[in-house]
Amino acid sequence: MHELSLAQSILNIVMEHASPQQIAAVRCVRVDVGRLSGVVADSLDFCFTALVAETPLQQSRLELNNIPLRLACADCRETFESEGDVFCCPSCDGSRTTVVSGMELRVTEIELVEEAEEAI
Amino acid sequence: MNVITIERKILEKNDEIARVNRELFQQRGVFVINIVSAPGSGKTSILERCLERLKPQLEISVVEGDVQTDFDAQRVARFDVPVVQVVTKGGCHLEARLVQDAIARMDLSNVRLLVIENVGNLVCPANYDLGESLKVVVLSTTEGADKPLKYPTMFRNARVLLVNKTDLLPYVDCDLDELRENALQINPALEIFPLSAKTGEGIPAWCDWLLEKSTARP
Repeated sequence: MHELSLAQSILNIVMEHASPQQIAAVRCVRVDVGRLSGVVADSLDFCFTALVAETPLQQSRLELNNIPLRLACADCRETFESEGDVFCCPSCDGSRTTVVSGMELRVTEIELVEEAEEAI
Repeated sequence: MNVITIERKILEKNDEIARVNRELFQQRGVFVINIVSAPGSGKTSILERCLERLKPQLEISVVEGDVQTDFDAQRVARFDVPVVQVVTKGGCHLEARLVQDAIARMDLSNVRLLVIENVGNLVCPANYDLGESLKVVVLSTTEGADKPLKYPTMFRNARVLLVNKTDLLPYVDCDLDELRENALQINPALEIFPLSAKTGEGIPAWCDWLLEKSTARP
């Protein structure tokens, strides 16, 4: 439901990092999306496309990098991957686990086409 | 191709305002709970029961979040506690900014407990920090024992689980032990209080916990 406001936040971040001259050259915005971030990838993609339509950013697309959920066990030090349904350690059955990755929601890179490439 | 490396959190603006809210609450010594659940689980009914019981012993204020209407604020106002209604007009969750605006309209000087009742939704509010001390998730027995597994982010991020509508247990297919097991599988640190806003069963235990947390000096 809130993917539209997330897409707007992504656009704001892009605008802050690309100069006005660079905006039209943006082709790809890379975003890390953790398994537990609560984001529906298709929906975020749809909202982003809708927001950039008929703007200088219209040729840009979103590239989502899905980050799996990884947990670390405080008892046996094991780290393990989870689909989001298991949070207990599969090795020692310990319940004192912490999330190592999978909560991410961040813009990592923007890719711009260079003028020479565009001319071709 | 030219690449600009950024590494910026998409929710950084929200997180920043949440941090400011949290600092303010800590300075004032206010214990803040952010109550979340699906629509109709009984957040407001539980709150009414708590106000009834805690009002004589504790300075309480309430922020009510709803998509539309101020019905809940009216219900809470009957208990003669300060309440600010936030209407999100379609927004599926409260954000730190909305809470910041709401508390700017309140006098927090003597308040010990601030209750923020979020918009009914088990998905989006999980990822928006409001600056609260902790999240309290409400799940009613009619929703089924499988919900913690279906909405893990919410149950993982909460500190307390209130299982409401225990009075309906004889009539619904909800096994309390199974529900407890599922919830603890997602979050072993969860404190669980089964209760009924309808009959009042379990309300004293939850209120005692709230009272202790709200009056404990940091």
